Amino acid sequence: MEQLRTIGRELAMGSQGGWGQSKEFLDLVKSIGEARSKAEEDRIIARELEHLKRRLADPDVPRRKMKELLLRLVYAEMLGHDASFGHIHAVKMTHDESLPLKRTGYLAVALFLDERHDLVILVVNTIQKDLRSDNYLVVCAALTAACRLIGEEAIPAVLPQVVELLAHPKEAVRKKAVMALHRFYQRSPSSVSHLISNFRKRLCDNDPGVMGATLCPLYDLVLEEPNSYKDLVVSFVNILKQVAERRLPTSYDYHQMPAPFIQIKLLKILAVLGSGDKQASGHMYTVLGDIFRKGDTASNIGNAILYECICCISSIFPNPKMLEAAAETTSKFLKSDSHNLKYMGIDALGRLIKINPDIAEEHQLAVIDCLEDPDDTLKRKTFELLYKMTKSTNVEVIVDRMIEYMINITDHHYKTEIASRCVELAEQFAPSNQWFIQTMNKVFEHAGDLVNIRVAHNLMRLIAEGFGEEDEGADSQLRSSAVWKVSRLSFVLQFQLYCSILYVDSYLRIVGEPKLPSLFLQIICWVLGEYGTADGKYSASYIIGKLCDVAEAHLTDDTVKAYAISAILKIFAFEIALGRKIDMLPECQTLVDELSASHSTDLQQRAYELQALLGLDKHAVGSVMPADASCEDIEIDRNLSFLNNYVQQALENGAAPYIPESERSGVISVGSYRSQEQQETSAHTLRFEAYEMPKPSLALATSQTSMPTPTVDLVPVPQPGYYKEDHQTSRSQASGDALSGEFGVKLRLDGVQKKWGRPTYSSSTPSSSASSQQATNGGSHSDGGGSTTSSQTRESSYGSKRQQGTEVSAEKQRLAASLFGSAAAKADRKAQTSRKTAKESSSVEKVTVTNVAPQPVKEQVIPAAAPPDLLDLGDEPVSSRTPSADPFSQLEGLLGPASATPVTSETSATSISKAPDLMAIFSDDVPTGATSGSTDPILGDVNSMSSHKGATSVSAKKGPSLQDALQKDATARQVGVTPTGNNPNLFKDLLG
Amino acid sequence: MINFVLLISRQGKVRLTKWYSPYTQKERTKVSVLSLLSVIRELSGLILTRGPKLCNFVEWRGYKVVYRRYASLYFCMCIDADDNELEVLEIIHHFVEILDRYFGSVCELDLIFNFHKAYYILDEILIAGELQESSKKNVARLIAAQDSLVEAAKEEASSISNIIAQATK
Repeated sequence: MEQLRTIGRELAMGSQGGWGQSKEFLDLVKSIGEARSKAEEDRIIARELEHLKRRLADPDVPRRKMKELLLRLVYAEMLGHDASFGHIHAVKMTHDESLPLKRTGYLAVALFLDERHDLVILVVNTIQKDLRSDNYLVVCAALTAACRLIGEEAIPAVLPQVVELLAHPKEAVRKKAVMALHRFYQRSPSSVSHLISNFRKRLCDNDPGVMGATLCPLYDLVLEEPNSYKDLVVSFVNILKQVAERRLPTSYDYHQMPAPFIQIKLLKILAVLGSGDKQASGHMYTVLGDIFRKGDTASNIGNAILYECICCISSIFPNPKMLEAAAETTSKFLKSDSHNLKYMGIDALGRLIKINPDIAEEHQLAVIDCLEDPDDTLKRKTFELLYKMTKSTNVEVIVDRMIEYMINITDHHYKTEIASRCVELAEQFAPSNQWFIQTMNKVFEHAGDLVNIRVAHNLMRLIAEGFGEEDEGADSQLRSSAVWKVSRLSFVLQFQLYCSILYVDSYLRIVGEPKLPSLFLQIICWVLGEYGTADGKYSASYIIGKLCDVAEAHLTDDTVKAYAISAILKIFAFEIALGRKIDMLPECQTLVDELSASHSTDLQQRAYELQALLGLDKHAVGSVMPADASCEDIEIDRNLSFLNNYVQQALENGAAPYIPESERSGVISVGSYRSQEQQETSAHTLRFEAYEMPKPSLALATSQTSMPTPTVDLVPVPQPGYYKEDHQTSRSQASGDALSGEFGVKLRLDGVQKKWGRPTYSSSTPSSSASSQQATNGGSHSDGGGSTTSSQTRESSYGSKRQQGTEVSAEKQRLAASLFGSAAAKADRKAQTSRKTAKESSSVEKVTVTNVAPQPVKEQVIPAAAPPDLLDLGDEPVSSRTPSADPFSQLEGLLGPASATPVTSETSATSISKAPDLMAIFSDDVPTGATSGSTDPILGDVNSMSSHKGATSVSAKKGPSLQDALQKDATARQVGVTPTGNNPNLFKDLLG
Repeated sequence: MINFVLLISRQGKVRLTKWYSPYTQKERTKVSVLSLLSVIRELSGLILTRGPKLCNFVEWRGYKVVYRRYASLYFCMCIDADDNELEVLEIIHHFVEILDRYFGSVCELDLIFNFHKAYYILDEILIAGELQESSKKNVARLIAAQDSLVEAAKEEASSISNIIAQATK
């Protein structure tokens, strides 16, 4: 009996309360609303979840109560707390017989789970059963859940039923069945591919809702393969025509616009079908023209349709008349005051210039305005447009703007995008090498960590090569210079020097600044190493000191340290080669010592290489590390033919010839190598034989006569057994040698080898490559070997890219000229507008601050006082020059274009007189029949009632909705939820 | 396609979330609920701070988020990069008008206490991330049909409770 009583009480309570919710839930919401901090809110929810956990596990809880518990669970999860313990209860509830409970169950399941969740398997069965239900509401609920929960594997289980439902007598069911099939198609096209004809059939459905829904899957299908749907072009055009002529029931009208959402969908489909198809496009022109003519630029939805029309026109086969209409509408968008429309205008312009680049010309000022706009979204959209219209003539202006903008944003996602765009444009259209390098420097400085490493390598190569070869004829700067006449080689050298000197300067300045991206530091180190001492302006020890600073400041970044130490090595090498004596700075010594003990074998090796190099004489260093040779190609001598002399000598001295491993009978243990390491230089049979591959090497050997003798001395035969891959051998072996005398035991080069392709090693590799490949390079040197080999492939791709770029620029020369002409005008305007906007934005900020500030104070004193919006409105006439600061006007701005249609004459009035219009229109839609008046709609409800008693005659015009509000307020007070909480706006009409 | 719908109050409190896209879902479940929170935090940082006269669109992680403010409540929809922003803006308004018609001058409190009803209405307007019904009348009719069933169940329940009450006297 006691239990029955509780049930009775609970049932009674369920139907009580203003919102049909139990007291407990109302209390929960209330306490959360009044929570002062996130921590407090979390505590409340945690308590609630504990409670729910207990209750849900209780088998005696009545089912109706379960429903409410489940909803509270949904609420807790919505606030971001984990309520997974209750998911199973939601699944259980979908099995319930009663529809309200089943619906709640489905709602909760669809919110809690997704198609990958394990529990879904328990729901599939229920969905299957419910799809067969006699009650169409049950079927609808099941279909809605199916759209969310049926994954690829479960599709076959429900597919037959869903297909059957396509012919259901209720249009709501047919519509949902179509959408469910669409969803299945998205998930797994193959599983429903045989059913596609059903979509065509549904297109002819009597119910416009079903027809409209069918357009969604058809759009996807048309996108997939437009050619199989060309036959539908005429049908689509006819439907669009009928819709535009208001043949659909008026219930589909939206703000006096006939079925706009269906129109937009149809336009999207036509855009795809007409793309590149003159015949199909021919059918569309008439209806598109009609829509343009009827176009309503005063309402938001009208503009949405017009925008879609522009998209369609820019996609289908171009028609001059249509393009004209589209351009006209675009310019209307751009000239509009609404940021939304400007945004759409910029987007539309981006589409139209693909067909006719000249269109952009007349809008240049509008575009620049958008670029200067404080609105970030608009700015980004404009950058996208600029990106699309970049030519070699305007690339400087555009990329400079982009970089300027990039510096100030923090959004990584977008920064990456804009940085890569800058790089792309610079690579394609760079007018001069100097500009290119400067631009890249800026990009690296500000977004170095976000840029592809490939770009860094390109830049280093470019600095080294000075783009001499490709640009010889094209670069006007070079043409004018006297150097032009000199032979190509010397020109390249000179330009190179010029570039590097220039950049050594700028790089030295930058190094001192903290927090440079790692990639940029790598470039800097490389340039300093290569060209740091080339002009003699800075002493070697000064630069070495700087490099040590860099390495020290980046203790955790091994790559930077590797670059730095390699650069130091190069500078030492150049100095020694020049015969200058150079002192080891103490900090440099510390660095070398530290790196020799590093955990990274790579760093260790570099440090040892440096030490070894210091011990060499002038000639050896000169050939090991030739100055400025980073662009020389390195040919890898796979046959190690340079050792032939040595081998020959050894053989003559009586050494046994090499027997290939396969022919050897005994297994040679590693240990035996170990013991032999002590006699490094002695010619052990097994060792040097490993390098012998006599036949092919002979040919190469002939070209190696110039091999300098000191190198030979330096190249003892190292442990051959270590190097199985002969293509790597020449390098690693050689670098091994240089050190093998002292450090052979410590160096484990096998692991390091993989990294040798990277230009990092350009500095250290040469020591090896140069010594071993001196033959091919002759006396000329080959520094930076690593970078050249690794960048060889890049080089070719880069070259072709550049070529492409110049082609494009030639094609679009005409537009380029016009755009460039405006660049000067831009600059003027730029300054002007930026000043203007700066002023504006500051004033806006100020006003907003003053608006916001009083809010909390006011609210605490008089709970039901008018919100700040209201106050602003009162102030409006006084400070009307800053309407942008008024939150209310924002609201009105949102609603304005959509609903202000009939009273266009008043749109120019101030926001106050505008407000009623918007309400008037809205009340057309509301059956309550609110009489529109000159009242301010925001004065409605609680606020007007409590704080504007005297003004009731005014606010009463809102009619029934005021009563509603009064009731709501009363119930709210009954249940103890007062507007005193954090948010007094809770009572405000959303549409008011 | 609409990837998700999000209602947040000016204080950044979530009033309703509905996810349609499996991709965003992945993002969401990656760090479970926490990431949902981070999405919301990110978006509220982006949207709530925007000034009144700016665009109703923001670019976000390769998507676009269209938002519209009604009183103190922001309605946000996350759409793909090639969708028509103005249309989505009107879909939001369509939703709000239907809510308004259903609740009669809808206010935020209605949505807090009856969030499940808001979900039901949303389910009738959007399905699988697409607009399924653009006729307000049809939506209203369906919701009414569902509610009448609930009412019937409620009456039944209250009559039971009366019986129980009498029995326990």
